Parts: sequence; structure tokens; C-alpha cells
Amino acid sequence: MTKATTTKFQLRSRPTSEKLVDIGFRNFVLAMASMVAVLLFSIFAVIYLQSTESISRYGLRFLFTAAWNPVTDEYGAFTAIYGTLVTSIASLIIAIPLGVGTAIFITENIIPKYIRELIGIMVELLASIPSVVLGLWAVFIMEPFIRPFLNIIYETFGFIPFFGTEPLGAGMLPAILILVVMILPIITSISKDSLNQVPTNLRQAAYGIGATRWTTIIRVIIPAAISGITGGVLLALGRAMGETMAVTMIIGNSNNFSWSIFAPSYTISSMLANQFGEADGSQVSSLMYAAFILMILTLMVNVFAQWIVKKLSLKYQ
Amino acid sequence: MSKISQNNLTYNPTLKRNIGNKILTLTSTLFAVISVIPLILVISYILIKGGSYINFDTLILEPEPPGDDLLSAGGIGPAIAGTFIMTVIALIISIPIGVGGGIYLGEYSKSGRFAKFIRFGSNVLAGVPSIIAGVFIYAIIVSTKILFGSMFSGIAGGISLSILMLPTIIKTTDEALKLVPDNLRRAAFGIGASKFTMITTITLPAAFSSISTGILLALARAAGETAPLIFTALFSRYYITTFDDLFYEMGSLSVLIYNFALEPYEAQNQLAWSASFILVVVLLSLNILSRWIGTHSAISKNKVQ
Repeated sequence: MTKATTTKFQLRSRPTSEKLVDIGFRNFVLAMASMVAVLLFSIFAVIYLQSTESISRYGLRFLFTAAWNPVTDEYGAFTAIYGTLVTSIASLIIAIPLGVGTAIFITENIIPKYIRELIGIMVELLASIPSVVLGLWAVFIMEPFIRPFLNIIYETFGFIPFFGTEPLGAGMLPAILILVVMILPIITSISKDSLNQVPTNLRQAAYGIGATRWTTIIRVIIPAAISGITGGVLLALGRAMGETMAVTMIIGNSNNFSWSIFAPSYTISSMLANQFGEADGSQVSSLMYAAFILMILTLMVNVFAQWIVKKLSLKYQ
Repeated sequence: MSKISQNNLTYNPTLKRNIGNKILTLTSTLFAVISVIPLILVISYILIKGGSYINFDTLILEPEPPGDDLLSAGGIGPAIAGTFIMTVIALIISIPIGVGGGIYLGEYSKSGRFAKFIRFGSNVLAGVPSIIAGVFIYAIIVSTKILFGSMFSGIAGGISLSILMLPTIIKTTDEALKLVPDNLRRAAFGIGASKFTMITTITLPAAFSSISTGILLALARAAGETAPLIFTALFSRYYITTFDDLFYEMGSLSVLIYNFALEPYEAQNQLAWSASFILVVVLLSLNILSRWIGTHSAISKNKVQ
């Protein structure tokens, strides 16, 4: 029996060279995949190690003092941390209704399909405009245009601390507005994708029991898509926190703390962009500490985003 | 009785729920219009204002030192060349790592613990702010002078851009390979192909267009990045002429826009606008090209199945 088989079919065993190529290729792609982990760990390790000097000298006090004085070697990142949190959260509050509203508009059949697709593509193209170009636009076109309106707000509501300084060009509010422009495409396109994934059955069932379009959207469609929408919003938050160029160009780069959203301020990333080039000694270490805080903040937001998408996503058969 | 039910079945525009419906529809229309306005404004300003300053000299000359001399401000030639060179360096680094890592995830370990960790890691890496990539490369390459004693260099800039491209390339390769039908793999194994042959001659070609879409998108993102370059490649006003120049400061379109937008002179601001025009036109075409390949590949995939 065995004899017959071997004579009939020429059994070919794999040559050693082919096996070596196979094993070599597997190890090569494994090494390439491991590079991601190595890279991520080394980014953390390098930035942590570079900031140890400041971490041991200032400890957590660094987070709550607003001093930034290279002459006396006193550093604290309170203004920058406050600026990062306020600009990113305020821009998120403006961008969520706009982005989710746009996503609903382009997934509903209110107007013809090609117009909706055109709007979708346009919003996504907005994401491809580099932040430095948006910064240029903000400095020369947007800020001069909105300043008269800001002056009206200042003259009317100037007694409220948040509007308490005269708008003189660069400041926190223009930075917030340009961040809205930058994160809007993220929120819109991710919300659109998750709204599109909601099964049609749910919508038909809701219409069948007499719900109107918006009752269906608010009670059925959005709850079913909430995991994707939340994930998109958190990704946008992470992006807003780390966004550098446009913010650096328009926020005014001042380390003086002010409650007013018209006053120049700082974010961690704009502080890095501004000072890293000419820093030396313990200033570098303090900037690295600030960079480390920024990394931790964005890492928490991103990990939380991935976790919540898994946690909230509904499973349909 | 029958009259009441008849009334209930006809559309009554004065009902609270119908009014609410109309208001919400209008609100969402308004939001969509507001979302599109910034794009239209930004694009039209850059195309009209930037395009009006473009001429042949602007494209090839070296920029002159800042000053308010509108006629001899020079051009953005070295910056165009620098952006091109640094993105090519970034591609040379990130394509093998990204596509290789993606092949590992998509072909060798689809749901292993290590693969899950790598997927998670590449998502985290995608969320790392671009300025952190610059700070990292500054710390390990620029300040240590590890590249043959040179500090700020085009190569360091290219490496920091490659960090930003990597997650996109890994993710798209992984997902493109997942979309290749398993029948193709079984057929290849069935006729005695080794796994290496199967991947290089069957699955990679089948996933080629989706992978190239991802690479184009990563390229488009990296070419516009500024934050990783401002303290790795710095800026230079001169063309590179020899290979050694790769190890010195290199200009790029995005850093040129940043530097010249903050100059108080009209001449430099105009160069910043022309650089924005070139950058936006190139990036928008890359995006549209990748979209076109994307729709194209969907058709060819149906043919495979």
C-alpha cells in the first residue's frame, strides 16, 4: 500500500531553505510587531527618566504652582495644565452637539443622499487640513473677524471674571474655537459610522409603534450607538489635549494665570513648542515633567475610550 | 368613535410632537451647516489668498532672511524639497515596521494575547500627541548626538514623523488582511504553498489597495505635521546639495508656515500663505486619491469573492 502511493505520487518534502525563509519571515514580522511595544515603552521611559530631576525636586507641588522662572529656577505647570483642561473641555462642549447633530443629519433621510454624502466628505476633508494651516487662518482671518464680537461681550459682561479682560488678539477663546474646528471632523465621522451601524430593524420597530423621527433618534438610535459616539468624543478629547500648532499660534503663550477666557494663556503642548528649543538645565527637566503629565492625561483618556467602547457596545446577532 | 380615530390618523402639524420634530430637524440642519462653514472658509481663503501669491519663483527660490521687502522675499523651494525628503525617510522606516507588524497581527496571531496587546499598543500610540514624538526624538537622537555627532537633522525629523505614521499603517494592514477571504488562504495551502509564499503572493496582493490607502492617509497626516519637527529638524533656508546635508537642519513647509506666520513682515506672511496653498493642495489630493483607491478596491474585492 505505502509502496503504491510513493510510486504514484512523488512526495515532495519541503526543502530546508524554504523552511528557513518561512521561519525567518515569521520572526521578522513578529519583531516588527514588537517594535510597537518597544516604542511605546521607550517613549514613556525616556520622558520619565528625563523628568526625574524635576519630579524629585517639586513633586506634586509642580501641578499646583503657576511660577515659571528660569532665573530663580522655580517651575510649576499650573497655568499650562489649567489651560489644557479648559481649552479641551470647552471645545468638546461646543463640538459635541455640532458633531453629533451633523452626524444625525447625514445619516437621516431628511435631504437627498448625494448632498448628505457630500457634506460627510467635506467634514472629513476638514480633518486633513494640517493644524499649522488652521493656525495661520486663525491668526490672520478668524481672530480679527471675531474680535468686535468679543469686545461687545467684554463691555456687556465684563464684571464676570471669565470675561474680565479686554480681548487684544491672541487668547484662550480663539484657541477654543480653532480646537472646535479641529475635533469636529473626528466626532462627526465616528458618530456617523456608529449611527450607520444601528440595525434597521430597531428603527422600523420604533416607527411601527408610532414614534416620530426624533423620538426614534433620541430613544432608540442614539442609545444603540452610544458606545461609538462616546469613543469618538473621548478620542477627540485626547486629540484636543495634545493639539499643538494651531493652539500655540493663537493662545498667546503667557504663563500669567487669569480666569478670563479672553486673556493669553498656555497649554502644556504650546509651552513645550515654545520653550523646548531654547531650554537648558533644570528647565528641560521641568518641561519633560510637563510632557510626562500630558502623556499620562492623553493615555488615560485613550485607554478609557477603548474600554468604554468595549463596555457599552451592544451585541446584535 | 369612528370620527375620533379618523382624526388621530391624519397628520396634524399643530401637535406638540410634530412641532418638536420640526424644531429638531431644523436644529440638526443648522448644525450641519455650521460644521461645513469652517471648511469652506479655510479652503477658500487658502486657495484664493495663497494661490494669488504663487508663481514660478516662489516655488523654486530659497527664502531670504526676514525683512519687509516684498519683491525679493525669495520662495519656498527648499521647504518643498525638505518636506518631501523627510516624508520619504519616514516612509522608508514605517512601511516595513507597519506592514510587517500588520502581517503578524493579521496572518499569524489573529486573537492571541500578544496580538491583542499590540493592537491596544498601536491604538495608544495613535493617541500620543505629536509633540511628544518630537520631545522623545529630541531626547534620544538630537540631544545625545547619536547620529554621527549631528544634532538637529532631516533624518531625526523623518524618524519622528515615522512614529506618527506607524499606528495608521499597522491598523490598515491588519484590517485589510482580515478582509481577505479565508478561501484564498486554504486554496494556497491546498496546492502546497508555504505560509511565506501564501502571504507574499496571495494575501498581500489581495489586500494591496487597502494597505496603500492606509499608507497614503498616514503620509498625508505626516506631511502636514509641524510639532515633531520644530525641535528635531528645526528649519533651514537652503537647499540640500549633498548627502551629508541630511545630517543638518532641514526646512519643511509646515515649519516654514509656523515661523513665517509669526514674523511681523508682510513678505514672510505671504510666503506662509503660499506654503499653505501647496501643502493643502497636496494633502487634499492625497486624501481624494486614497478615497478613490478605496472605492476602487471595494469593486475588485467583490470580484475575488
